[in-house]
Amino acid sequence: MSNAHPIPFRAILRHVLLIAGAAVMLAPFIWMISTASKPQTEIFSSELHLIPYRFALAENLREAFAKANLLRFLLNGIIVTVSIFVLQVMVALPAAYALAKLRFFGRETLFALVLFGILIPPQATAVPVFLLLHKAGLLDSYAALVLPFTISVFGIFLMRQFFKTVPDDLVDAARMDGISEFGIVWRVMLPAAIPAVTAFGIFSVVAHWNDYFWPLIVLNSEHLRTPPLAVAHFRNSEAGTSYGPLMAAAMVIIAPLVIAFLFAQRRFIEGITLTGIK
Amino acid sequence: MTIGATVAPAGATRRAVPAHGSRRTYAAYALVTPAAALMVIMLLGPLAGVIALSFSDYQLGAPHFSWIGLANYQDLFADKVFWTALRNTLTYVVIVVPGAVIAGLAIALLIQSGTSLRSLYRTIYFLPVMATLIAMAVVWEFMLHPQFGLVNGLLRGAGLPAFAWLQDRSTALYALCAIGIWQAVGFNMVLFLAGLVSIPKQLYEAAEIDGASSGWARFRLVTWPMLGPVTTFVVVISGIRSFQVFDTVHVLTKGGPSKSTEVLIHTMYTEGFEFFRSGYAAAITVVFLVFVLALTLIKSRLADRGVHYT
Amino acid sequence: MAQIELSAIRKSFDGNDVLKGIDFRIADGEFISLVGPSGCGKSTLLRIIAGLEPQNSGEVHIDGRPVDGIRPSARNLAMVFQSYALYPHLSTFDNIAVPLRMRRLSAIERLPLLGALLPGRRAKERHIRADIEGIAEQLDIAPLLRRKPGQLSGGQRQRVAVGRAMVREPLAFLFDEPLSNLDAKLRVHMRAELAELHRRLKATFVYVTHDQAEAMTMSSRIAVMMGGELIQAGTPAEIYHEPGDIRVAEFIGSPKINVLPGRIRKDGGVDVPGTALKLTCNAAAGDCRIGVRPERIELGTGPFSGTVIHLENLGAEAFVHLAVEGTGSRLIARLADVRHLPAMASSVAFGFAPDAVRLFDPAGKRIELRLEQAERIREPAHV
Repeated sequence: MSNAHPIPFRAILRHVLLIAGAAVMLAPFIWMISTASKPQTEIFSSELHLIPYRFALAENLREAFAKANLLRFLLNGIIVTVSIFVLQVMVALPAAYALAKLRFFGRETLFALVLFGILIPPQATAVPVFLLLHKAGLLDSYAALVLPFTISVFGIFLMRQFFKTVPDDLVDAARMDGISEFGIVWRVMLPAAIPAVTAFGIFSVVAHWNDYFWPLIVLNSEHLRTPPLAVAHFRNSEAGTSYGPLMAAAMVIIAPLVIAFLFAQRRFIEGITLTGIK
Repeated sequence: MTIGATVAPAGATRRAVPAHGSRRTYAAYALVTPAAALMVIMLLGPLAGVIALSFSDYQLGAPHFSWIGLANYQDLFADKVFWTALRNTLTYVVIVVPGAVIAGLAIALLIQSGTSLRSLYRTIYFLPVMATLIAMAVVWEFMLHPQFGLVNGLLRGAGLPAFAWLQDRSTALYALCAIGIWQAVGFNMVLFLAGLVSIPKQLYEAAEIDGASSGWARFRLVTWPMLGPVTTFVVVISGIRSFQVFDTVHVLTKGGPSKSTEVLIHTMYTEGFEFFRSGYAAAITVVFLVFVLALTLIKSRLADRGVHYT
Repeated sequence: MAQIELSAIRKSFDGNDVLKGIDFRIADGEFISLVGPSGCGKSTLLRIIAGLEPQNSGEVHIDGRPVDGIRPSARNLAMVFQSYALYPHLSTFDNIAVPLRMRRLSAIERLPLLGALLPGRRAKERHIRADIEGIAEQLDIAPLLRRKPGQLSGGQRQRVAVGRAMVREPLAFLFDEPLSNLDAKLRVHMRAELAELHRRLKATFVYVTHDQAEAMTMSSRIAVMMGGELIQAGTPAEIYHEPGDIRVAEFIGSPKINVLPGRIRKDGGVDVPGTALKLTCNAAAGDCRIGVRPERIELGTGPFSGTVIHLENLGAEAFVHLAVEGTGSRLIARLADVRHLPAMASSVAFGFAPDAVRLFDPAGKRIELRLEQAERIREPAHV
């Protein structure tokens, strides 16, 4: 409608409002990059300027990497998120297939439990799971970070819904071709479900890369720290003094996901908002 | 699969119950067993455990423990910190949920009302959802720095009074709310966008023919009712997430100054994992769980009454 | 090649009897169509033969050997599915290769990377390739071998599915409504192709369809199923001309057979209300139903008259819908000559030959006629 007018007032208003909002959303990112690029003296000046007079990003980064073993923490993040995702798929996919395509006594009950499990927030089970890991002597280890999340009831639910849409004929054809039930899960259902598995993978990786609560509870050792824990510790030990390196470290920690997101926005938004289909 | 290319010899004696039927059932049990077992160990068992623990005086490391009935709850309800935490949590929820939902809806409507730069705006507003909250909380802390922070710098520039946001008990909780809204808006926006896209275009055309000529009239007649289920969902999920607020509190204020930002999960964390009073922490968890499940219940009630369009 | 014998097959789902004791023998090399309305149990029966579904009781024998309790893949049958059931992530070639690889390669040889290194695998893969290329040649899908199912048209997918079935050289082919996802034109074309394939392979085909035209045009024998029972089996001509049950008569043939209410007199004569037909039967007196195929209705002369209420001119033939005067029933006459159509709303006289009449009792069972009077019943009624 508005493009009929010579000056599309509404279109301009839309952009003005959205840009104003975008400025607020981006402010912390810009401030982070700006501070990470400033030398100490410019950071501690009450005069406000975004672009540093002297660029000090490299030295701030160098200092951040020197004070904290950031590479190790990033590696920990990768180890933990990838292990969790792989185990989640290995556990959830067979169960989802059985729930979607096989008939067995107790199926409805199991599915009801899955639906119930989705409602339980992770903090609710923290105390008993912590005690369990304590009894098993697993605290302060990769296992403590990974094991509690190997079961994703949400993943089971999601894959089950997807498998429901796969025609029964395809499963029967695989049986006629001599593929076992176990083989059907990995050779027929998994390839057919790649888009859903990808979306779930993004959901899972983002959630666990950013998780702070659980690593905080079960970890003590510095060498096991995940990225969020690393930033928090960096901040506590350098509080009030070296904001430049701290902002540089924050940049490094959020960079992997933000860059991945910028490259595959559609997939990421799809993955993160998966909870929207519940 | 060991049976050869032709039909197997007539040795099948299990004819009364055709064996491949039960074979498939065995396969089904084999396939669900790992998931079912882990579900019991890591989810359902601990859930029952947390309720049981809340009736005990279990402390990690203590030699023995006993069942103490409702004593934990009595202590809890007599504890001023608990009531402060509950009040702060509810305040946080009551501010963040409407803030993030209305802002999310407004942004989604603005983005959808034109065609240019849609995906750029969507990316920008979604960015905070992706960024590790702990890292961004640290950035926010510096933005809110009383002396060198961006926020006070801007306020001073505009001739307005500055605050020690996170160090002042009258502003700390609201500062955390602002961070909470900033982080949640993008998520809500994306859900609303998905809801808006799924509204059939013909409905708007029909509304226009039926005389709903202004944008507001069409919003009231079509958009708002059609977004009903999405809105319910967004409100509830925002509510549940707000109840879980912990990261920003723990890293920025530790519940302070003077308990002004103490929230439920933070109290639970302190009791359970700093003082190792597991039984007491379990009781707090149960209270938290009651609120979260109540929200879910409201959602499923509302969802049944929502607008359905297929 | 194989003969398939079903004895007393029963199957129920959640207390509903889907199959109520099916006895049937399929001879070696036959093209058998199982037809019936949806829900009659034909697909379930096929799945029981395939081994995809266990029966509650009864036995399936293939080539004289019981196969109950034997895996679907070990029965050495091939199946073509309604949705083709091609693996979406595999190319045409790999789709056809699946049954061969599952059978010829060991579990270790099938492993993704390691398997390729094993010495035996190369030779086996060469044989598999040769087999698939042979099949592709026959089915005219050689240029499609590299493509994924998503890049194929419906007809091409159909052929690939047939190829996957053929490549294993099964004892018998099972088809589960394989043409129903195709458009009408392609369906007619594929009908001819499948019949031709059957003639070439001389294999046993068991073909499930709800489309009586498919059954009529392709099969050597048709088995009609209704409500979980097999009610008649025979050649297409037998099923069409000598239906043993009014449900069979009504299911086979398009447009549907005309059914007029009638009465059997004490002397065995048969009346349509107001008109006596020149035929008799041995049945007891009472109500009956009179079936006449549309092409046997002769317009212009005869003891009956009706009003033309609708005309369908298809070019090569025409269907005239009549409201029969005096009874309120309607019928359809097929005219081979479209140049002389009656006018709409006009009244036309019509009749039919005694040998066109198929008589059914109120329960739907066929009543045999005594056809001593072979002459046509065109004279006015003699009451």
